[in-house]
Amino acid sequence: MLEPGKHLVLGNVACAEGAIRAGLGFFAGYPITPASEISHHIALELPKEGGIFMQMEDEIASIASIIGASWAGAKSMTATSGPGYDLMQENIGYAHMTETPLVLVNVQRSGPSTGQSTDPSQQDIYAAKYGAHGDYEVIAISPWSVQEMFDLTVRAFNLAETYRTPVMLMSDGLIGHIEEKLVIPEEVEIVNRKKPTSLESTPWGTDKPSGVPEMPAFGEGHRLLVTGSTHQPNGVRNFSPEYHQRIVYRIRDKILNAEPVIRDIHKVEMDDAKVAILSFGASARPSVEAVEEARKEGIKAGLFRLKTIWPFPEEPVRELAEQVDAIIVVEMNTGKLVKEVQRVVEGETKVVSLAKVGGVLPFSREVLEVIRRELQ
Amino acid sequence: MKNLYYFRDKYVRSQPSAFCPGCGGGIILNCFLRAIDDLGLDQDKILAVSGIGCTAWIPSPNFNGDTLHTTHGRAIAFATGAKAYNPDMTTVVFTGDGDGAGIGGNHLIHAARRNIDLTVILVNNMSYAMTGGQIAPTTMHGETTVTSPYGNPEFPFDITKLVKAAGASYVARWSNYHVIELTNSIKEAIQHKGFSFIEVMSQCPTQQRRIFNLRGPLESLPPRILDMFKEGTFVRGRPEKGNYVYAVPKGDVMDTLNAVQGLGDPGIVDHMGFGQVVKIDGDAEALRDKLDKIPEVKYVADHVEGKVELGLFEKYERPELTESLREIIRKARGEL
Repeated sequence: MLEPGKHLVLGNVACAEGAIRAGLGFFAGYPITPASEISHHIALELPKEGGIFMQMEDEIASIASIIGASWAGAKSMTATSGPGYDLMQENIGYAHMTETPLVLVNVQRSGPSTGQSTDPSQQDIYAAKYGAHGDYEVIAISPWSVQEMFDLTVRAFNLAETYRTPVMLMSDGLIGHIEEKLVIPEEVEIVNRKKPTSLESTPWGTDKPSGVPEMPAFGEGHRLLVTGSTHQPNGVRNFSPEYHQRIVYRIRDKILNAEPVIRDIHKVEMDDAKVAILSFGASARPSVEAVEEARKEGIKAGLFRLKTIWPFPEEPVRELAEQVDAIIVVEMNTGKLVKEVQRVVEGETKVVSLAKVGGVLPFSREVLEVIRRELQ
Repeated sequence: MKNLYYFRDKYVRSQPSAFCPGCGGGIILNCFLRAIDDLGLDQDKILAVSGIGCTAWIPSPNFNGDTLHTTHGRAIAFATGAKAYNPDMTTVVFTGDGDGAGIGGNHLIHAARRNIDLTVILVNNMSYAMTGGQIAPTTMHGETTVTSPYGNPEFPFDITKLVKAAGASYVARWSNYHVIELTNSIKEAIQHKGFSFIEVMSQCPTQQRRIFNLRGPLESLPPRILDMFKEGTFVRGRPEKGNYVYAVPKGDVMDTLNAVQGLGDPGIVDHMGFGQVVKIDGDAEALRDKLDKIPEVKYVADHVEGKVELGLFEKYERPELTESLREIIRKARGEL
């Protein structure tokens, strides 16, 4: 591990450093650009801390093995990009159904298919939310800098452990592959999963309909019945409508009800803003300059950056709609998050899409042009 | 002598069985429980991992220890993570032929290559049974299933030889007829340090009726299929003497039976390779000369032809993965 203090490192290295500090015990991955450096750094550093690194035969095995390790008691993680993320979807659904904490880093690249294999995109944000079949709610967070690759990786582990759920760190090829300053603190805040104190535990049930059950590990005498089939609180398969409704609503509501706590929004010049740039991850970076330039021209622009994409912060975005005359949604895809914003805003204010594909960031002048146009 | 109630009460969750009448799953569960009991293992330190299909239900929910019932084909990959992180757990994977050699074939060969200390029990019923009896990568050429109504155009894997070639350090094949050998093999496999693999040929009265073209009431099928596993197999290292032959019928098997009367005590048996045949006792060479001249006999098969070879195929020592992973930790820390 790097010493606490200032460093100049790759985003993917910062992610690996954050993971090890958060208590990573088992990592499995499969080579893929632009995520591979996460594996490289973890393969080098994790064994020094007593953790296990494995390179698996494919991405399906990567996520399967980290789920197995999570139930063996490890904080576990994998990292991939588009094609690998597609392969993982079935087991992402399994992890939600079994309420398995894990961290999945998607260093997004430009698709569909092999696409621009080394270039960044933000095309997978709906794959993060809706990728697997069935109903579940996902936690997805989005770093915009090397520093946040570190900070949000730590947070991803803490959220996974708190809510006993997979957490998606939705990075991209730009953030993964740039070198920037990283400040590693002396200590990071770490959350560990709650373990049951009695062998009579119900690892898939709580008194509250939206609660998070305590999680035992294999070998602790609980005689666990972990299954992706619809199950009772004790794990016994039961396909009745009652049990299916109960578990599907609980794994949904434990995330949705916690949205105000999971929520993380970075605001720049938003206090008196009349035009808001709503963005996330790498595509939010040029918007800072656009906001500065607009302010010089007397335009009250601000940046409203989502560090948490899912669950979507509906209430703050509704309040934003009441404050501003226009919301410009800047993203690196053909216009995805803008649909969620439109759904939430319900016509309260004008919602404009500045979406760009091609593996390149929207330029600040492009953002500025849209700001000017919308204020005319 | 411990009776069945002892094993049920100690190791089986009180669940109604989900298996069809006559299923082979219960025999395999029984052999597994006797193996771990004989070894004196702590059932709280055993993890049973399974995928999707009938075989997955052998341990989950039946085995009263830790169980991990996963996605289709991926049990070995899940088990790899659990075992790599906690090598103290005796980790046993139950997988079917479709689960383990079809959709999950890649994980199977890679686990064998890694020599991770898992025991994989692959239950081979030669079809995708739970989903309705479709062709599997283990269904023999020409056999009829719901997805090969005109006969299977493909050829099967010999999974045991495949896993041996992939580097598994313990490989055996038995059938549900050979319960003592199977139980002993499970014990050996669990004790073996490294990747151990046992293929178990198992009866599925529900689907194999079509595959093996068996007639008669359902309750008559399980013992017939088990007899077929006896008749249709031979054990490595102790080959049966060739003091009998099989006459494969040209048309109706009854015509063939009538045509060979007078030769040594003929009787109709189910043969895995040739279907219903007439078994005739006596000196093989002498019988063959006589049978070759009988028009109702299409072909004469000897005591191993068309049969499945059982027994221990591989057992050797080489570095085991979870130990190598611990060695890497010591290397990284400069302790080695």
